[in-house]
Amino acid sequence: MYDLIVIGGGPAGLAAACAAWEGGLRKILIVERDRELGGILNQCIHNGFGLHHFKEELTGPEYAGRFVKLLGETGVEVRLDTMVLEVTGHRQVHMVGKSTGYRVEEAKSIVLAMGCRERTRGAIAIPGTRPAGVFTAGAAQRYVNMEGWMPGKRVVILGSGDIGLIMARRMTLEGAKVLACVEVMPYSGGLNRNIVQCLHDYDIPLYLSHTVTDIRGRDRVEQVVVSQVDASRNPIPGTEMVFDCDTLLLSVGLIPENELTRQAGIEIDRRTNGAVVYENMETSLPGVFACGNVCHVHDLVDFVTAESQKAGAAAAAYVRGGGAAAPDRVLEVKNGDGVTYTVPQRIRPHRVDKLCGLFFRVNRVCGDSEILVKSGDTQIARFKREHLAPGEMERIDLPRALLDRAEGELTVSIREVEQ
Amino acid sequence: MKELICIVCPKGCHLKVDEEKGFAVTGNACPRGAEYGKLELTNPTRVVTSTVRCEGGAHPRCPVKTDRAVPKGKIADVMRALDTVSLTAPVRVGQVVLENVCGTGVDVVATRDLICP
Repeated sequence: MYDLIVIGGGPAGLAAACAAWEGGLRKILIVERDRELGGILNQCIHNGFGLHHFKEELTGPEYAGRFVKLLGETGVEVRLDTMVLEVTGHRQVHMVGKSTGYRVEEAKSIVLAMGCRERTRGAIAIPGTRPAGVFTAGAAQRYVNMEGWMPGKRVVILGSGDIGLIMARRMTLEGAKVLACVEVMPYSGGLNRNIVQCLHDYDIPLYLSHTVTDIRGRDRVEQVVVSQVDASRNPIPGTEMVFDCDTLLLSVGLIPENELTRQAGIEIDRRTNGAVVYENMETSLPGVFACGNVCHVHDLVDFVTAESQKAGAAAAAYVRGGGAAAPDRVLEVKNGDGVTYTVPQRIRPHRVDKLCGLFFRVNRVCGDSEILVKSGDTQIARFKREHLAPGEMERIDLPRALLDRAEGELTVSIREVEQ
Repeated sequence: MKELICIVCPKGCHLKVDEEKGFAVTGNACPRGAEYGKLELTNPTRVVTSTVRCEGGAHPRCPVKTDRAVPKGKIADVMRALDTVSLTAPVRVGQVVLENVCGTGVDVVATRDLICP
């Protein structure tokens, strides 16, 4: 019987395992399906990671390396090349690995850290033929950065999320011509710094409010047709631009990978596509925690690390405390105007130490704004921001004293301040 | 007056740089933004990250970076220089793989360990 089984050895799993070890657990197992730890960081060779956590600018592999080294100083057991097939409601973990075969391991606590996967062409139903040369941006990133293959020479990128922007620069540096980055929304889904250093630096045009309306080619992509869209995101006839290219990269969103979570009967939030979690990242199944991109898709790995440390420490506290505690008063956190989701979705005020961090995303770009937190009709907190955007996750910290006074539901909303 | 978006951190501050007042920067949330704003208009630089060949390791490519920023105009030269580099595993993170790349005074270093599988 393990104290803790962590499913996934990316940044979330590594940080959670290290934190649980620090929290006093000694029988910890990380199960990772790849042949090495580090997850997606291994292919994110660009820099810009770690400014919050390490106070310096690291590349993805360096960031992963730091945590793998920390883990090496603990007694945490790691099983690589091992795929978890099922997690039961009784915290049994079914797994299959090349060297260990089929195993069922039991744990006093579990951290779900499986990350997310990319949306594909099928998910967004792009019309056209089905030639080779259509890749998700992350798959292309793995080919170029880890396996040493160039996916193509003339490239169009659909989606302006950070992975798409990073790949626009990367493909350019490796000698490809990136003809356009196309975004269906009227704003980019990526960080401003990436628009500057990945597109502007290399004179790559960004077409906002545009989308791909046709893929042409028999064996290989030959042309991609891009059209402008109206306010309801429908293509406008007559606005077609034809790009002669051999490759289309898709950076059109990430989906938390929650098959195991659903199968275990854990409550899922339709807004995040991840588990509904409490203030300490515990799911609806006591002793099972979720953190990182499997819980909600993050922009910054430093936030994944912080959230996962919280989950790991909470798993340790759960095991030390001998299992589920008595039911506490619960505050439900609701979306107000302009807010698309919050994590956590539920707060037990008595479990909050001093501050309860609350992550959320907004549904539109705003200038000078206020973030308002209400309990019933009473405003209990207000935070100012100069800028809000859907592509940038927001965080507020709610003091325990405020939560103690709150009743029933908390509503988080935004209000743009009139200029 | 020139407007820039700061790329030092994910915050992406909207900077205003006054060329006529000694490149005075406003709109920055930290001192590094002021430094970036001035440099971007006088001598823009970037850290270059890429990969080089590696024989005998767990992967055929080893990720690398310039250990400091190099002038933007040198990026293409740096990429060409990296094409000539071939490493043999084991490689250690921080190991210099190319000294003084293109005469910039900046070294290119490995950004991960690559051991023999």
